Amino acid sequence: MVGGREVKLFGMWASPAVRRVEWALKLKGIEYEYIEEDISNKSTDLVKYNPINKQVPVLLHHGKPIIESLVIIEYIDEVWKHNPILPKDPYERAMARFWATYSEDKCRSAAREVFFAEGEKRVKAIKCLEETLRALDEELQGKKFFGGENIGFSDLVLGWMAFWLGVSEEVASFEVLDPNKFPWFTSWIDSFLKVPAIKENLPPRDKTVEFFHSYRRLHLAAPKC
Amino acid sequence: MAEEVKVFGRWTSPFCCRVEIALRLKGVPYEYIEEDLSNKSPLLLEYNPVHKKVPVLVHGGKPIAESLVVLEYIEETWRRNPILPEDPHRRAMARFWTKFIDEKCMPIMWKSLWSEGEMQLKLMEETKENLSILERELNSKKFFGGNSIGLVDIAASFLSCWTEVLQEVAGISLFGEAKHPILFKWANEFMSSDAVKVCLPPKDELLSHFRAMKEGMSATKAGQN
Repeated sequence: MVGGREVKLFGMWASPAVRRVEWALKLKGIEYEYIEEDISNKSTDLVKYNPINKQVPVLLHHGKPIIESLVIIEYIDEVWKHNPILPKDPYERAMARFWATYSEDKCRSAAREVFFAEGEKRVKAIKCLEETLRALDEELQGKKFFGGENIGFSDLVLGWMAFWLGVSEEVASFEVLDPNKFPWFTSWIDSFLKVPAIKENLPPRDKTVEFFHSYRRLHLAAPKC
Repeated sequence: MAEEVKVFGRWTSPFCCRVEIALRLKGVPYEYIEEDLSNKSPLLLEYNPVHKKVPVLVHGGKPIAESLVVLEYIEETWRRNPILPEDPHRRAMARFWTKFIDEKCMPIMWKSLWSEGEMQLKLMEETKENLSILERELNSKKFFGGNSIGLVDIAASFLSCWTEVLQEVAGISLFGEAKHPILFKWANEFMSSDAVKVCLPPKDELLSHFRAMKEGMSATKAGQN
């Protein structure tokens, strides 16, 4: 085990962005101290280490903060070189980063739209989300993981879809994860959730459903600008 | 023999400019192909089927899309004149600032230029605050990368001629010597450096282009009312 007291992670139990950092740490066997943040009452430490957006996750290594989950994962991969997360070849690294960017730029906003939309807007939003699933399904053809035989950077970044998308479906009453429409993607979800570092590091499902129910209720009740 | 490099781009796009600046900084010869976005070439659609957008870098026949992904690829493939530092923590900081520019600064500034009334005032305030944050990061350095241009400087290239032109078209003031003197000085330093100045579009042509875009948008709005 490496790391120990020199590695700290500020997180929030329900956050997929935090979990992906934890998955990276677990895959490399890095020991770390986890600090749970109350998002409605952020600690002075969190604000000190991330004054710009005051968000989790924040990784602290030898007292130096690193912010933004994708940036943190790349940092972890560069500092602890065993069990690499990104491939060696520059072109393959570019492909891994491309799909990671796709997750953050397209998939998350599409899922968010569906989660909060109602009526006609919901129908349209679902179509957009399905487009992204189609693209991911196509990319996975012939592969067990986005990273190939083993999980890699894009799997970790897209990993929120293996758990939190299912939670969203339940909370907001919609269905997109259809194995007939997206056989490769749904198969990837199964394989991904079986990886020990992932399986042993997911939030409890009912507690997460409950959390996102409240989150959705709050958002829909808030006065619109 | 070196494999050939092609860049599919659009002269008005700051994202495409980023790619060209990086290639020039590293002395990498490339062929530039101008795309008409209203009539995309079959090659572009083949090279970027997911987004169908520019920029796309093609190296030895292999395409890479998404400007920041392309920049990291360029950095890893052509090692001279590095645009990222060696130290992992400093690299993480550079990546963080690049994301800040891409996900906060640019989209909010862009929206503020094209919106109206209360919304515009709100976005303008946010833009000015983001620029102040960037200024504090720049501090007394010549470039975000230190003594030489780095990834963050390249990501911030929209703060050169684009911001100047767009403010003029929108008739608002967001960024100037009085409000952000350090950043303004940076912009001038950046624009006059050899690798950058050859990549920037001519200001008067850019002005005509965005003026026409604004007129087109106003005409559409008038037609809708």
